[in-house]
Amino acid sequence: MTAPAIRSPAREFWRRFRRRHTALVAAAIIALIVFAAAFAPYIAPYDPAAADYDALLQAPTWAHLAGTDSYGRDILSRIIWGGRVSLAVGLISAFAGGLIGTIMGLVSGWSGGWVDALLMRLCDVLFAFPGLLLAIAVVALLGPGVGNVIWAVAVFSVPVFARLVRGSTLVLKQTQYVQAARSIGVSRFRLILHHILPGALPAVIVYMSLRIGSAILVGAALSFIGLGAQPPSSEWGAMLADGRSYLGVADHLTLFPGLAIFIVVLCFNILGDGLRDALNQKLQ
Amino acid sequence: MPVFFLKRLLGAVPVLFAVSLFVFGFVRLLPGDPARLVAGADATEQEVASAREALGLDRPIWEQYLRYAGATLHGDFGISSRTHEPVIEVIGARFLPTLWLTLAAMGWATLTGGLLGVWAGVKRGRWQDQAAMLVAIGGLSFPGFWLGLLLIDLFSVHLGWLPTGGYDGWRSLLMPSFTLGVGVAAVLARFTRSAFVDVAGEDFVRTARSKGLTERRVIWRHAARNALIPVVTLTGLEFGTLLGGAIVVETVFAWPGLGRLLVDSISFRDYPVIQALILLLSAEFVLINLVVDVLYGVLNPAIRLRS
Repeated sequence: MTAPAIRSPAREFWRRFRRRHTALVAAAIIALIVFAAAFAPYIAPYDPAAADYDALLQAPTWAHLAGTDSYGRDILSRIIWGGRVSLAVGLISAFAGGLIGTIMGLVSGWSGGWVDALLMRLCDVLFAFPGLLLAIAVVALLGPGVGNVIWAVAVFSVPVFARLVRGSTLVLKQTQYVQAARSIGVSRFRLILHHILPGALPAVIVYMSLRIGSAILVGAALSFIGLGAQPPSSEWGAMLADGRSYLGVADHLTLFPGLAIFIVVLCFNILGDGLRDALNQKLQ
Repeated sequence: MPVFFLKRLLGAVPVLFAVSLFVFGFVRLLPGDPARLVAGADATEQEVASAREALGLDRPIWEQYLRYAGATLHGDFGISSRTHEPVIEVIGARFLPTLWLTLAAMGWATLTGGLLGVWAGVKRGRWQDQAAMLVAIGGLSFPGFWLGLLLIDLFSVHLGWLPTGGYDGWRSLLMPSFTLGVGVAAVLARFTRSAFVDVAGEDFVRTARSKGLTERRVIWRHAARNALIPVVTLTGLEFGTLLGGAIVVETVFAWPGLGRLLVDSISFRDYPVIQALILLLSAEFVLINLVVDVLYGVLNPAIRLRS
């Protein structure tokens, strides 16, 4: 009988994650899309803002793989450039919301008492605004625009992370290794940063991946209803709003930007599911 | 039992109070003079001054809040700066369309999502399970506004079967309620499946099976019934997704509900209406969750007795 191999948590995670082929494919597609957006100037075949009045509303051809819009602008190039905005909204807002929420959750779970009560009531209040409404209220307050949408979506994500991390902190606080570290006089800051946070992090990472997907959806929705990125930006939701007037005339105007949103969000959701299973995390 | 209800009811009061504070502070947080905002961009100095007095902005802040809270409790939300009608009338006219839309969406989404989740749970690990969960994650990732546009393109523009939008009988309700419900159905299917899988491993399910009950009876009377208890809570939370989603779906389908009113009011900077809508939609959401909480207690005596 051989002794079971002892693996570090990171290797154990990789061993399990590697077997989830759909999640790996999703991660590869995300990497590809992020790469395309980052190197948009070198990859996009046309200038996303260059009008071509000889090629208005053209269906996909070899010259314009995703067709052209009402100004003759190349839709594929606009999607590649627009990916910068859509991905930035999703990534920055989910990360900012996750960071603020995690700090809140750590402080709340560690301190207990009135600090905990206050922070959790704050979360209750943020939760009281249904779905998109909080993001819309923030945009109504700050005015439309991409920067404000990022803030709006971040605020909208904070309470979710705060509750999640608070829950893990409460459990981890009682574990023997934390109690042991505490008893030998490890400072509070170090305890939270080195002993509690690593334990709470897997759940945060899983949730963040799922959250990036919904943040991209919310950001695109806000742009679609005119509160986010403004024309001539080629943010994907704004492109859809633009293509809406040409339904039945030039369907490719709504088909491709929508497909871009769908694929990116789907990949982040599949990746999140794969991470969750590999990290053995159970959310709610 | 009454103590449980009372506790939950009292728990909602501070949340509603804080929401009202936020909404009260909303106009005051805006850059610029709220009196000028309410009076309109082309108002004279005199009109701005009378707006300030009418709004009570020359009074101490706590007195302003008390006045606001008192008026709100009496259903007085001020005057719309766009239509110059009382806000309560503007909102009242839009309330029913949103109610029908969200109820229709919730109805089909809970039914479909629940059934799909139980089915996937029963067929766990087989291709039916994987197919169902693929559909669910797809539904979760589908942008509602895109789905709406695709449906309009297919059923209205190309086939001509359904109206592109508007509020005119059940045929105009089909596409918007379908679009709105997809995300919720997907979330519920995923959640129901995992709740069902958890319950299916419990002793009482094994007992039910071992005493010779038919498989159908084991699934529906014993497993599914207990799996649905946590699902009820999630359904309450998903109402929030629907109320938020209605904002987008109503815009796509020109549905004359509260969501579209909110979007229009934001572009017209009609702050009295924006304030009232944020307050009412949040209050509605808090109350729905209160009802769900109570329902949860009714379904699950363990929760009720513990508190």
